[in-house]
Amino acid sequence: MPSTDHPGTQLRIGVLALQGDFAEHLAMLRANGVDAVEVRTLAQIDGCDGLVIPGGESTTIARLLIAFDMLEPLRERIRNGLPTWGTCAGAILLATDVPALDREPIGVMDMTVDRNAFGTQIQSFEADLDIAGMEGPPLRAIFIRAPVIRRVGKAVEVLATLADGRIVAARQGHLLATSFHPELTNDARMHGYFAEMCREQLDAEARAAS
Amino acid sequence: MARNGSSPKSISSNGNGNAAKNGAGQNGAARNGTGDVATWTVKAGLAQMLKGGVIMDVTDAKQAEIAQEAGAVAVMALERVPSDIRAEGGVARMSHVKKIQEIQRSVSIPVMAKARIGHFVEAQVLEALGIDYIDESEVLTPADDIHHIDKHQFKAPFVCGARNLGEALRRISEGAAMIRTKGEAGTGDIVEAVRHMRSIWAEIRRVQSLREDELFVAAKDLQVPVELVREVRKLGKLPVVNFSAGGVATPADAALMMQLGAEGVFVGSGIFKSGMNERTEAKRRAVQANMASAIVKAVTHFNDPMMIAEVSASIPDEAMRGQSTAQMKPEELLAGRGN
Repeated sequence: MPSTDHPGTQLRIGVLALQGDFAEHLAMLRANGVDAVEVRTLAQIDGCDGLVIPGGESTTIARLLIAFDMLEPLRERIRNGLPTWGTCAGAILLATDVPALDREPIGVMDMTVDRNAFGTQIQSFEADLDIAGMEGPPLRAIFIRAPVIRRVGKAVEVLATLADGRIVAARQGHLLATSFHPELTNDARMHGYFAEMCREQLDAEARAAS
Repeated sequence: MARNGSSPKSISSNGNGNAAKNGAGQNGAARNGTGDVATWTVKAGLAQMLKGGVIMDVTDAKQAEIAQEAGAVAVMALERVPSDIRAEGGVARMSHVKKIQEIQRSVSIPVMAKARIGHFVEAQVLEALGIDYIDESEVLTPADDIHHIDKHQFKAPFVCGARNLGEALRRISEGAAMIRTKGEAGTGDIVEAVRHMRSIWAEIRRVQSLREDELFVAAKDLQVPVELVREVRKLGKLPVVNFSAGGVATPADAALMMQLGAEGVFVGSGIFKSGMNERTEAKRRAVQANMASAIVKAVTHFNDPMMIAEVSASIPDEAMRGQSTAQMKPEELLAGRGN
């Protein structure tokens, strides 16, 4: 729902479209009334109130960020308050510590993430998840060659764990990481949750400016 | 006609182009300690993650490392690259198990591997090895000239080739969770890939123009279950991810296929048959790594001609020499296998 502080303003959220399932994220954000756009360049990102880094191959996206000179500027923008949500590969790239990634991650969320934590595609699965702060029935979470969050820093809040206690969703202020794919379901609540995070950030910036 | 008599499986969708989940108990799905594995959503889901990416044919661990380093989203293990299969002849089979295991150990990206059409035991072996995606491929010598594999019986997802909408939907009805247009592998000639991609999209547009009560005859003509025709009409696209394959040899070829509606690109001989004029292996490898990386970038920025020009300028003029399909005899074409 629109923030009361910004009546009539529509959120604009970019989905990083270097590689991966960005089309599915765009559709889910639009279902939440967001002006969702594909972004492939820094100039396109600069017009956005938030950024989604989609599922895909983390090794590929990491290389493309470096090849197109986007890694450091993107890190800077996220540190300066750009709300950002990473799903699966995106969550890997947000982490400060990824032992199994052969490139530097964006490295903005204080956590350690293990890639392919469940094994090969044959071990990919779906399961019902309770997400802290989300109302209604459990979320059907799709895990595709998924990572897990092995360690979180003090500033990071754990939002969801599997039955065995492994962390699969976390938040650090304006940053959100999920090791599963809400964009592959019919359930747009997680996208609504992130849109709300983007509005909170806009409100905070408006307060700071006034 | 390759109909294997498997019952048509309806694939529901959320309207976003995503096939929605079938519960445990279908399509080889099962339950383990963590959740439901091998559901339709999970099988088709990995293909969603590969979109906008390049899948590269590799024959050994060294090539797999080059592919991953260049930014491939997955590698495809096969015995010989298609242009060598063409040149050398003989029976082309699933890659040697030891080679596949070496490739699996050498990279962290998904590893796909080819099985012969209808060779469900090669597919069983690949599944046992933990392969991420099985390609039931016309590039290998078919093991069954009538039946394809019943892919619903497997936990591992399958990708299959198609020249037109009928072939694509027949493969999906057999359980394929991803489609690639066939093109003509090993030629470096893009014309067949273009023909097949255009054909699929033209037929999809035609299905969308039909009345509901005209879909039964469309299904009869296409020789596919009517549920899948209905699904295509609703989505305006195939119910699974569709990549292009067979003939991509340059960054511009790859971007062409993306602009024609491919969701990603398979490149076979186009990478590891480039740079063949170089005298040393190290120099050949360097040209191939360059070509691979340039194709990856062209697929990301497929709508940006300046970027395609830039990445094309960054590679030496050593694309694979290739072979025009117009000069080939019908029996030399691989795409007719498994219709």
